[in-house]
Amino acid sequence: MDTTVPEMRISQPLPESDPGSFPEQVEEALQPAHSEIRRYLLARGNSAVADRLFKLLMLLCALSIFMIVALIAYQLVDKSELNWAQSGIKFFYTAFSDPYTNQPQYWDPVNGHFSALPFVYGTLVSSFLALLLAVPLAIGVAIFLTEMCPGFLRGPLAFLTELLAAIPSIIYGLWAIFVLVPLLRQYVNPALIKTMGWTGLFVDDNPTGLGYVAAGIILAIMILPIISSLTREVMMAVPHSQREAVLALGATRWEMIRTGVLRNARIGIVGAIILGLGRALGETMAVTMVIGNTPEIHKSLLSNGASMASVIANEFAEATSDLHRSALVEIGLALFVVTIIVNAIAQLLVWAVTRGTPRQVH
Amino acid sequence: MSTSTLQFRSKLRAANDHAVTCLAILATILVIAPLAAIFAYLIYKGASSLNWDFFTKVPAPEGELGGGMANAIVGSGVLLGVASVIGVPIGIGSGIYLAEFGRGTKLANAVRFTADVLNGVPSIVMGVTAYALIVFPHIAFLPFLGHFSALSGGVALGIMMIPTVCRSSEEMLLMVPHAIREAALGLGVPNWRSTLSITVKTASPGIITGCMLAFARVAGETAPLLFTALGNQFWSTSLNEPIAALPLQIFNYAISPYEDQHRLAWAGALVLIVLIVLAVSLVRYVTSRGVLKGNS
Repeated sequence: MDTTVPEMRISQPLPESDPGSFPEQVEEALQPAHSEIRRYLLARGNSAVADRLFKLLMLLCALSIFMIVALIAYQLVDKSELNWAQSGIKFFYTAFSDPYTNQPQYWDPVNGHFSALPFVYGTLVSSFLALLLAVPLAIGVAIFLTEMCPGFLRGPLAFLTELLAAIPSIIYGLWAIFVLVPLLRQYVNPALIKTMGWTGLFVDDNPTGLGYVAAGIILAIMILPIISSLTREVMMAVPHSQREAVLALGATRWEMIRTGVLRNARIGIVGAIILGLGRALGETMAVTMVIGNTPEIHKSLLSNGASMASVIANEFAEATSDLHRSALVEIGLALFVVTIIVNAIAQLLVWAVTRGTPRQVH
Repeated sequence: MSTSTLQFRSKLRAANDHAVTCLAILATILVIAPLAAIFAYLIYKGASSLNWDFFTKVPAPEGELGGGMANAIVGSGVLLGVASVIGVPIGIGSGIYLAEFGRGTKLANAVRFTADVLNGVPSIVMGVTAYALIVFPHIAFLPFLGHFSALSGGVALGIMMIPTVCRSSEEMLLMVPHAIREAALGLGVPNWRSTLSITVKTASPGIITGCMLAFARVAGETAPLLFTALGNQFWSTSLNEPIAALPLQIFNYAISPYEDQHRLAWAGALVLIVLIVLAVSLVRYVTSRGVLKGNS
């Protein structure tokens, strides 16, 4: 609760004091009483120039954030021009077909055939799996933390989820390689093949334990704290009067949560999920370490694949030709554009909910 | 409706309520479990392989036992130094603009929005940008361009720090009570002076911890360093050469076939996580204890 207090203070506009003209007014009013501080300050002269300079400097810092986005966009477009000229938008949905075997050659740096299709597919599949696993859990945690948790547990649990968000992806990847993947190889994957093999999504063709499922699980663990902490924030922004009103009508706690809280917070929760999706799409190291890194498309979720970020991480430093590098930059450009759009949508949705609420309370 | 159906329905609703409570608790346990597993395994593996050599020696040649990550720790320090030279002043400056000058204006909202969006841009894209900016171009009279270098890695990390530092310093500056600003202005202190030595100074514990959080975040970043700082098996503190970094070294060792290098990777991961947990706890302490809020 205490975190919302400063928010409320922020939302109220300041009484506008015009700092530029302030000293002069005071000067007239205080003419007779020349205190020592006053004399000292007067001796330093007019501060209008310094003030304006300072404001301009800070403004430049703020504007530099726009410039960075523009710079990234320019560099990515500029350095991917070669590949764009070669294959255009087709880069993302077609593949070169080998005339002898009729097999698609998605990614063949030696012969200069490049298609981003397997990477787009890998990114989408692993992110979708991650959302499927993470969203119900994250909402459950948020419900527990905001509505059910005894007070003494709330602080430590919120801290733990915060910590989970601060662990670098390389450490998740390390843990995934040495703990998660062996676990999947030995127990989970055989069980999945046995029980769900009939769907055709779990085929026993990859004995390593790496693949889309491993990537999806580690991504789910990584985006869980982001989704749950944002959902929690959005749920806490729902005014208490809503809860009290529903409870007063005789609702149970779950009915109160469902109708009073979740329904009011749903736009923000969707925003939180989309923000989690944005993180999952761009996540690099942990995915690179467990997805298997083969530029192919498989229907089986247990097969090796590659994601857009993982192929850049794997091949960029050793790109063999200008076209190869340019193709990788274009994948990066696609990643940039998609994450910008996804994050912008998510941010707008979350703002729509959390921003208006303090005013409703009054 | 008869009384019995009513009773049945209310029982059903109560059961539903209990079921959801159980599910929520189960979800929380399921989320805490991997965290506990990661931490336990990390501490178990890391502590058993951490020794003095780790902090004092450079990596052993491929396939040989022993060695440490001294160069990677120093390298990470150098990279963070470059990153903070870029990220901290610009980040705090834009935070000051948002909190002091741009309140409620459209421009400030746009900056805030862009900073949040920039925060979500994948770190690998920052790496590609730094590559395109510094590693790629060959210009004869600028010798720091055109090759893998610590500078390019630091630039990539520095760009990543800006939005985090900006948002956290804005938040901290907004916590400073208006009475303090008004008191300074009432004494006739120029606005820039009051901002720098009154507002920013009051908020400085918060701003510093915000910077530390940004440090913690970029200290663990690997993706932007893969093709900028590149990594180095030897001692190097030159900005003009490839440099080792802790997360990069962990990555290289994690995917290597040697058992002894796996051991070092775990030790490196433990060192990294201890630094990060310290930073996060400090931030939480400062923001929750009301160093700024109540007492000032």
